[in-house]
Amino acid sequence: MEFRSKSSSVVAVKAYGGGAGKSKVSMYLVAPEADVAIEDFEQYALDRLHVLIAIEENRSRGKRAEDVEAAVMDLWRKHMRTVQSDDLLQKDVISHFVLRLVHCRTEELRRWFLEMETALFRIRFRMESPELQKAFIEEHKLPYKIISAAEFDGMKEKLAQVMRASGQGAGLVGETAFYKVPFEEVLDLVATRKVYIHQGHAYVPREQLVTIVANHFRSMLSQALVLTNRNWTAMFAAQEEDRLTPILEALSKRYLAPDYSKSASGSAVTLQELDGLAMRSFPLCMRHLYLKLQEDRHLRHGGRQQLGLFLKGIGLKLDDALAFWRGAFAPRMPAEKFDKEYAYNVRHNYGKEGKRTDYTPYSCMYIIMSSPGVGDHHGCPYRHFSPENLHAALSGMRLSPKSIDEVMEKTRGRHYQLACAATFEGAHSCQCDGINHPNQYFEQSRKFLKEQAEKATEMETDS
Amino acid sequence: MGADTEDHMEVEDHKEVKVEAVPESRLVYDGFSPDYLRIYYGRLFPYAEMYKWLSYGHDGKHPGCDASIMGRREFSFTLEHDIYIRYLSFHDVSEMEATIKSKCPHKIDIGALYNVEPAKRTAYAGGSDRVFAPVERELVFDIDMTDYDDIRTCCSGADICLKCWPLMNIAIKILDTVLREDFGFEHLLWVYSGRRGVHCWVCDARARRLSNEARSAITRYLTLYKGNENTTKKVSLTGPALHPALSRAYEICRTYFEEHILPNQELLNSEGHFEKVLELVPDESVRAQMRDRWQDNRRASVAKDGISASRWKQLKQALESKKVTPSVRRSLEEIIFSYTYPRIDIEVSKHMNHLLKAPFCIHPKTGRVCVPIDPQDCDNFDPTNVPTLAQVHSYLSPQNTM
Repeated sequence: MEFRSKSSSVVAVKAYGGGAGKSKVSMYLVAPEADVAIEDFEQYALDRLHVLIAIEENRSRGKRAEDVEAAVMDLWRKHMRTVQSDDLLQKDVISHFVLRLVHCRTEELRRWFLEMETALFRIRFRMESPELQKAFIEEHKLPYKIISAAEFDGMKEKLAQVMRASGQGAGLVGETAFYKVPFEEVLDLVATRKVYIHQGHAYVPREQLVTIVANHFRSMLSQALVLTNRNWTAMFAAQEEDRLTPILEALSKRYLAPDYSKSASGSAVTLQELDGLAMRSFPLCMRHLYLKLQEDRHLRHGGRQQLGLFLKGIGLKLDDALAFWRGAFAPRMPAEKFDKEYAYNVRHNYGKEGKRTDYTPYSCMYIIMSSPGVGDHHGCPYRHFSPENLHAALSGMRLSPKSIDEVMEKTRGRHYQLACAATFEGAHSCQCDGINHPNQYFEQSRKFLKEQAEKATEMETDS
Repeated sequence: MGADTEDHMEVEDHKEVKVEAVPESRLVYDGFSPDYLRIYYGRLFPYAEMYKWLSYGHDGKHPGCDASIMGRREFSFTLEHDIYIRYLSFHDVSEMEATIKSKCPHKIDIGALYNVEPAKRTAYAGGSDRVFAPVERELVFDIDMTDYDDIRTCCSGADICLKCWPLMNIAIKILDTVLREDFGFEHLLWVYSGRRGVHCWVCDARARRLSNEARSAITRYLTLYKGNENTTKKVSLTGPALHPALSRAYEICRTYFEEHILPNQELLNSEGHFEKVLELVPDESVRAQMRDRWQDNRRASVAKDGISASRWKQLKQALESKKVTPSVRRSLEEIIFSYTYPRIDIEVSKHMNHLLKAPFCIHPKTGRVCVPIDPQDCDNFDPTNVPTLAQVHSYLSPQNTM
């Protein structure tokens, strides 16, 4: 794989060879030739991670194989959905390769990824029709051949005998599709004498073939992971330190917070409440944008996106959002102009236009990685503000000097998310372990304040 | 001592065992000496053949050959006073010859082919992807008579005789068939281990490249006998049918059992012996039935080697009868397998880096030459008549006979 930094927001991924072929299941032998927008880079990987984690959970709950399969295929369809069907394969392959990068760096990561991807492959391959399975095997030049009718006749007695001997049924039971594979591919069956072998070939029924192909997939991926690690460390780690590495690090923690695309409490936030919420429960990045919006009566694109999606995440409905932005812009912009030039974007964010993707609010990772330019107010204050400006902003939040010092210290150490958490602690006088998402800050804040209010009510009624 | 008593018994029996084998084998201990060994290495050890074998065609005489191959093969020597040296290797046949002649090892072992010269292994290692590791190694098997001690009544421990040797022939025949027919291997070398067993070297390229997991799987495919002193039944056959490989093996086992093992080991002659066999029958009524008949026959004047045969007929009839359950009928096969099926040392075969004694060595305890065995003709191999160092020395210089 190669990464060309076309611009900071696009990752160009170059391939090493041919494509994936007719089968829907891929062995991921070659990286795709494609330009990938950096949001997709992270988002695709997250979607796939959802599926892999679900596999882990399902397996650990001891569910039956069929149930695991059904659950996984459901999630696969849900998370890997794209608008056009040929995009699906692209997303499949791209997300795999991103996660490969994420999981190549340590033994533990590699082992986990290998297990889950092999399980996923196995499930998907098993669902394929026999014709597609056969095509897959031929395409990848795997040394597994289906035996001819004549060969089968010659050995069907022995095959039936093996079935009976290993307790796999009273003979062949109508199964006639047998594959001839090198015995090294089915060592478990050889060791337990559950297979017929002759002249170095093992003769396995079609059902068994799935296991063999999955094992082959596993060993290929295992080797590829080691290679990926070597290549990444040698060639790209340095140049991608600021761009891709943080994304990869975050993904490797397998933190899959709720993505805040719908507000947790389910209740909507009204326009009237916004002001109060902004002052008390918004994280600094959003508070800053909100204040700037009030001040300038305008925000540039980056800021509108960051704040707009955040508001959607806390439960602001589309109509309210349109009213909010129209109202915010109103002093400097007639309503018609707003409707003509800006309303579309708001509706787009809510999935009502174009691709109709319901965009998720940006995570801290994503915000930290952005590069606000002149006139922009988005990004992460802990990263993008000068120390003086940051200090001033924190004072504006009425943090104690001690809290401010803590935050500044974390900031100096470039631990932006810990700085935000320290801010939370200062603002709420309760503990916070770390902030991964602005909406998380918001919800934690709401929760804390609600609990406080309830306690206060209790005390009043008691006394 | 034990051996003397056996001599005595042999003379009385004058049946299956060749008496003249015994006195000669007693000479063996006198026949091993470092001086004779030196002469053996000087004039008889087949250096060129050994080198040609292990270089597998990479003998430097044609383009495309890998000249480093011999230098990367590990050898180990056991010298006088049990001094052991590992990680030896030789760059060419003259170096091998010179080293062996000068060090005069009491035992030579052949190890694996590594990725670098064994002598340079510590210099090479460093970093997770640069590890000194085996690259190729013959698939090897070691069958040792002591693993059959629980079913041998003629000898025990390091001793062997022609009564128990047929157990080795069974192992050779079954393994040879499995390796050739089932796994498709062609280049097998069977060697007498010099004392109480046989080794098999499978030299096909495909065999040499097998991983440890594959070796373990092949060995388990060949394993039937499990358990220890605490378990009663060590061969346990489940299922309504036998795997084709086992039913093929059964034919060999049954023949040898009835023709050699049963009479040689006198498995049903005395109560002590037949009780052990009856333990394997999972039906008390059959056991009781046999006990009754055999205890009565104790005084019958049947020739000794006929007793076991006739009793076996009775037992077989009882077990093959329609009246017994399938699991009881199965015990007939279990008995035969228990007393005959090959017992392989799994540890020897499992690891690529396991060292195994080289063919044509001299066994330090017996002085016998580790000679090859023809698997097609193994019934005619007589381990008690294998040339010893002393004999070989006497052939070289006829005037210096013992």
